[in-house]
Amino acid sequence: MKILVCISQAPDTTSRIAFTNEGKTFDSTGVQYIVNPYDEWYALVRGIELKEAHGGTVTTITVGGAVCDPVIRKALAIGADDAIRVDAEPTDAMQTAELIASVAKSQAFDLILCGKETIDHNGSMVPAMVAELLDWPFIALATHLEVEGNTASLKRESAGGTEHVKVNLPLVLSASKGLAEQRIPNMRGIMSARSKPLNIEPGEAAALSSVRQFSLPPEKGACKIIPADQAEELIRLLREEAKAI
Amino acid sequence: MSVLAIVSLKNGQPTKGGLEAASYAAAFAKAQGQDAVALVAGAMTSDGGLGATGIDRVLHFSTELSDSSQWTRLAEAASKECGASTVVLSHDHTGRAIGPRLAVRLQAGMVSGVTELPRDGAVRKNVFSGKAMADVEVSTNAVVYSVTPNAFGVREGGSEAEASPFAAEVGEAREHVTGFDLASADGQTPLPEADLVVSAGRGLKGPENWGIVEDLANALGATTACSRPVSDIGWRPHHEHVGQTGITIRPNLYIAAGISGAIQHLAGVNQSKVIVVINTDPEAPFFKAADYGIVGDAFEVLPKLTAAVKALDA
Repeated sequence: MKILVCISQAPDTTSRIAFTNEGKTFDSTGVQYIVNPYDEWYALVRGIELKEAHGGTVTTITVGGAVCDPVIRKALAIGADDAIRVDAEPTDAMQTAELIASVAKSQAFDLILCGKETIDHNGSMVPAMVAELLDWPFIALATHLEVEGNTASLKRESAGGTEHVKVNLPLVLSASKGLAEQRIPNMRGIMSARSKPLNIEPGEAAALSSVRQFSLPPEKGACKIIPADQAEELIRLLREEAKAI
Repeated sequence: MSVLAIVSLKNGQPTKGGLEAASYAAAFAKAQGQDAVALVAGAMTSDGGLGATGIDRVLHFSTELSDSSQWTRLAEAASKECGASTVVLSHDHTGRAIGPRLAVRLQAGMVSGVTELPRDGAVRKNVFSGKAMADVEVSTNAVVYSVTPNAFGVREGGSEAEASPFAAEVGEAREHVTGFDLASADGQTPLPEADLVVSAGRGLKGPENWGIVEDLANALGATTACSRPVSDIGWRPHHEHVGQTGITIRPNLYIAAGISGAIQHLAGVNQSKVIVVINTDPEAPFFKAADYGIVGDAFEVLPKLTAAVKALDA
């Protein structure tokens, strides 16, 4: 099975979020970048598990500049075989999806795994856009994936529960919690990642949207502390002051 | 010209996300002096209550669809039929599967997870897991918006919409649904849609102690949730995990007991309108993000809250 996993970098969850250039640019000063957790924990690990069970290869694809190389090496250390970086600075999901789809069209992948969204732009659009550009089936918010022969059996989050779905390969999915468990790379993985192929390809596509302005939410007011022996007072406040119940 | 809302159905009724998408589409259409049209697929009687949200017209495709390509083709046909350049969906599984596919087919710019109506040519959404907002502008005439659940709300008071059958060539299904598991057997509102959520973490000390969490949730009509450690060690099911790598929620009220408030947890709940934190540790970081706090033992505080809620309703 030939598996492609989409890997994005994202600011570490504990990063201070700030903007420069009058709120037009994310301030990356001092920001530590990580593999986007949904891409790493769920999509990549499930891809590696399927390869281990059925044979085949796991290739990662990332759209971005050389600044992304450390997170790509991390994905290789976890167990991907090789990596592609499309050398472009995308400004929206459509642009990213077109660049990924054009690489996918040139190679016969059976499965494309993506995280359900990145934790910076929270877009959740690239996976389904790639599916449409390839005219492949798409499963959003997959929590389970088994492959037997040419058929994939999946579970996906849907209104009020979990749907079981059967789809023939090839297929694109976006991964949600449950698809796999986080894997910590071992020393051998980290050493071998240095010599695994990271192929850089040029790419060009147009963006259809852009961020005009970032802003920060208003500061939260102070927390009102209610003594533990007056718990019923909290319920009164929730009804009369906060009007939440 | 019109604005088209894609509305998913569950048991013959629009989902809450569908009603929110319809409400958003209707409000936007009104501001633009356009018609608001809703598209549904599957069994539904009359206008399914969509007129109340401000929708003028309902296009009713008779067959239920679960395949994302078929839905996309249907939505594309409907947008052509009613001359819609703006299409609105909920940012639930429909907004993540159908919306982006449709954006490709219509060559439309898409903005996902919008929280407000567009203003001055840009539309606002939350980014960085709720730690910032972005105003996004689209350079195409055709636009697809998906609306964050529990952000815009369901509008009421409109008059019955005119429903008419709608047919289109949607192609073959490739994604075949073979089964369905209800998230919770006891009829709780699904977490992403829930207005009230009671959540607990490791401070509860063991899965056998969850009765006091469930009692408060039941008294409030709330949905139960949990922190990541608790779902990872198997005390609670994965679908209850709210936070960075679980589900992101935006309820009116989030009550957290025995959760310290790690930044990964906050990322999934910080858009809640009112946050209540109960923790024995006054230094727990969660208090900084809370509106109301009780420094105390969940084992004592939760039963008192349950009793107080019951007394309120008595």
